[in-house]
Amino acid sequence: MSTTPLDLALFSLALFLILAGVASFARCGQRFLITGAFSLATLASLLMVAAGVWAVGGNCTDRLVLAIGLPDLPFHLRLDPLAGFFLTVIGLLAVFVSIYSIDYVKGYLGRRSITSLVVFYCLFLAGMFMVVLADDALFFLVAWEVMAAASYFLVMFEHEQMENRRAAFLYLVVAHVGAIAILLSFGVLAGFAAGFGSFEGYTFDAMRQARLPVEWATVAFLLAFFGFAAKAGVVPLHVWLPEAHPVAPSNVSALMSGVMLKTAIYGIVRVGFDLIKVFPWWWGAIVLTLGLISAVMGVLYALMQHDLKRLLAYHSVENIGIILIGIGLAMIFTSFELPVLAALALIAGLYHTMNHAMFKGLLFMGAGAVLHATNERNMEEMGGLIHRMPWTAALFLVGCVSISALPPFNGFVSEWLTFQAFLLSPSLPSPLMKLLIPMGAALLALTGALAAACFVKAFGVTFLGHWRGVHRPQAHEVGWFMRVGMILAALTCLGLGVLPTLFIEWMDILAEQLVGARLATSAGALGWMWLTPVSHEQASYSGFTVFVGILVVVLVAYLFLHVKPGAIHRAPIWDCGFERLTARMQYNATSFSMPIRRIFGYLFLVREQVSLTPQPGHKAFPKRLRYRLRIRDRIWGWIYKPLVELSFWVSRQVGRLQQGRIQVYLIYSFVTIVILLVFMR
Amino acid sequence: MNLAPLLVEILQIAALIGLAPAFVGWVRMLKCWSQGRTSAGLLQPYRDLAKLIVKDVVLAENASWIFRFTPYLLFGSAVLAGLIVPVLSIDLPLAPAADIIVIVAIFAIARFFLALAGMDIGTAFGGMGSSREMMIASLAEPAMLMAIFTVSLTSKSTSLSQIVQVILDGQAMLRPSIAFAFIAFVMIALAETGRIPVDNPATHLELTMIHEAMILEYSGRHLALVEWAAMMKLFLFVMIGIAAFAPWGIAAKGDLLAIPAALLIMLGKLALVGVAIVWIETGLAKMRLFRLTEFLGAAFLLATLGMISFFILD
Repeated sequence: MSTTPLDLALFSLALFLILAGVASFARCGQRFLITGAFSLATLASLLMVAAGVWAVGGNCTDRLVLAIGLPDLPFHLRLDPLAGFFLTVIGLLAVFVSIYSIDYVKGYLGRRSITSLVVFYCLFLAGMFMVVLADDALFFLVAWEVMAAASYFLVMFEHEQMENRRAAFLYLVVAHVGAIAILLSFGVLAGFAAGFGSFEGYTFDAMRQARLPVEWATVAFLLAFFGFAAKAGVVPLHVWLPEAHPVAPSNVSALMSGVMLKTAIYGIVRVGFDLIKVFPWWWGAIVLTLGLISAVMGVLYALMQHDLKRLLAYHSVENIGIILIGIGLAMIFTSFELPVLAALALIAGLYHTMNHAMFKGLLFMGAGAVLHATNERNMEEMGGLIHRMPWTAALFLVGCVSISALPPFNGFVSEWLTFQAFLLSPSLPSPLMKLLIPMGAALLALTGALAAACFVKAFGVTFLGHWRGVHRPQAHEVGWFMRVGMILAALTCLGLGVLPTLFIEWMDILAEQLVGARLATSAGALGWMWLTPVSHEQASYSGFTVFVGILVVVLVAYLFLHVKPGAIHRAPIWDCGFERLTARMQYNATSFSMPIRRIFGYLFLVREQVSLTPQPGHKAFPKRLRYRLRIRDRIWGWIYKPLVELSFWVSRQVGRLQQGRIQVYLIYSFVTIVILLVFMR
Repeated sequence: MNLAPLLVEILQIAALIGLAPAFVGWVRMLKCWSQGRTSAGLLQPYRDLAKLIVKDVVLAENASWIFRFTPYLLFGSAVLAGLIVPVLSIDLPLAPAADIIVIVAIFAIARFFLALAGMDIGTAFGGMGSSREMMIASLAEPAMLMAIFTVSLTSKSTSLSQIVQVILDGQAMLRPSIAFAFIAFVMIALAETGRIPVDNPATHLELTMIHEAMILEYSGRHLALVEWAAMMKLFLFVMIGIAAFAPWGIAAKGDLLAIPAALLIMLGKLALVGVAIVWIETGLAKMRLFRLTEFLGAAFLLATLGMISFFILD
């Protein structure tokens, strides 16, 4: 019996679970536990990547039925190309973050016990892999819960502070509201698969065979989309993301932002394209619209932030929006039976999934390195770190350039493919779609430009200039394991940007299975260097040429100018001759984003307050200037606060039943017994 | 191996690097004439660049490698874009490397690093320039994309060589959508290249600067590269506009003999565009920074109107 990719995946999964178990009871020193556990986690993730790459490349579909689970409801596992793709995405980032964690978690030694971090880290990864491998509703939801619970404990790792506990609680509430919606959706699908009386329909295979009437299919899809959107952080269900991601340890934030949100995307693609194969166009329109709103609002929220990790968390909202744009377009094109265009949009969305995992993981790892070195998360207190942490700065810069969708890195390839998918919308038969979809393209362009502005701010304020804070810490470069984790992620970003045709050829089988057409026939038509998604007259891009071209010209210009170079003198800052420049005169995060805040600020609740205390006797000379800026999310006030008040009101009304006297409770019991005896014979 | 396309590329790069300062010199000359001043001559930008290249570089003490690398990157990205935009001929071997969205993105990465260089030294002016530049870029991008989209509807392509080919083949009629897209493109080009009414390239008041504020700390050969790259960016935007809207005269594929004629026609068009630029610059005043929202919003609206008119009249 030869090995299948599923065997590799199961072995890796078993390794994670055993590691979690052993780590909880291990009696070894904490330092050894860190090195050993994360090295084994790296190995297990590598095996998972191998399984995923094999499954997609070889177009394998393997199944397994495990006798665990409820008596008549065993767990079904299935590794098909879609699952293999997501295993690769999750596994690859897990490899990099596990290497990074070997040094990062050592920063907690002495302050607290890291055993719970190690245990729940392994359980978290295992949960995510199980979600992707699940082939029935029960196993899917069990794995979903494992993932949510493990990440809750990871977010709560530093539980002494009240904000961390509140953030974790909010995360748990939203995750479970989403899980209820997913459960109901699977219930609807399973009910129509085998009747609402039996449990036979709970396997995904049964759901695939089911014939649902359009109304119930809509209900099932909308419930599933709501549930997965809550996990993915789509506006307006995004409120937990910027609370939970910053308070978690940075390696966990990297995983949560990079890959946990992708399991929700996996869920949407699985339910939409695999379980419910035929759908009307307006489902895709809903997905596209919510994707656009998330993209624009996410980046605008991010621009208002001065906490580095919160900024990165809001950018995850934006990028999930971009992924949903691709998937929404794919759904629209599929419903109008244009499979080649749908393949382009789907590949764009899935490519962005991989890209986002890579560059968001890199950025969070970089933010973790900065936090590790300076103990500071507030950008407005930082600056000048490029001189003390050159490696971290360079690698963070790679992440910044990638997320701003700039060539030759990977973010640009997926945005370019999404733009090409938008530009094909004139092929749609509906005139309303033809007019409205290009507006979406303009919003995507706005998002990309605002993201670039935000990352100039993030990188510039954190690493460039002078130190803006009061107490200057002894920041030093981070250890080699952290650097290697980041270097590998950065190299993957460059590789995905410069060699997109190879990656698209590998994942093309997904497009064929989900929408029925391949892209690679045209994508690689001119050879491996040129990406021509539709035809080479329409549009083409060669990341390799752009990269090599810029390098060659830079080199030639450098050589020309250094034939007889003038000397370089170091001198104090010129600053147009203005003297006495202090570090406080630099632009910081709030001032950098002021123009954009002025223009787009009406979307938020912005309150600015300036109060000036003059010197006694001289009204014109200020003694103290106080500037207060408060920016609030309107969605809290519109949606969440009313819901919270409603739930408290309902609880108070129900609380009226608690009279506190035993006679009343006895009457309740008596009435219930009478009802049961009389009406439920 | 066919050497003709390679020769075309080399000629095109020579034209770009060699003629961009002359174009800026021409614009400055016209501006002086229109204001009744004596100009410094057409070749003054060359003299400025030669002077800067020979001079020593004075770097701030805390300048990082980003500050020193950015001028080379700006120059390199302008030259790379010049290898792709059809200036003299559409027979460019590197044309499939980038369509117009990629060219806009190449300028975007140059702007990203320039904004970082502005923040690198830690002065207030640099940060101010970077902040304003990124704001203008974020408003100009949607308008630019809509203009590109409207133009690509007619030629069914975003590759500049293909757009030129379609117009040269006579397959594109004059449509209102192209006129709207043209006006929108002019407004966006003024924003992206930093001309009046968006930014005054000749200002000496630091608080009114946008592009110059980011390059205040540069000197010597670094400043030469930055200035040259800015001149090439203006030249390239004019070339992109000509290629998308008025490409008659650009040599067709494999037609080497038409290149000298193409060069002369290009010089003529540049002269006319210079007159138009000076007409706009002397006629308008620089807008307040927050009025640019309306300016670029108007560009977006015009491009959208162009797109709608294409679908309605189609």
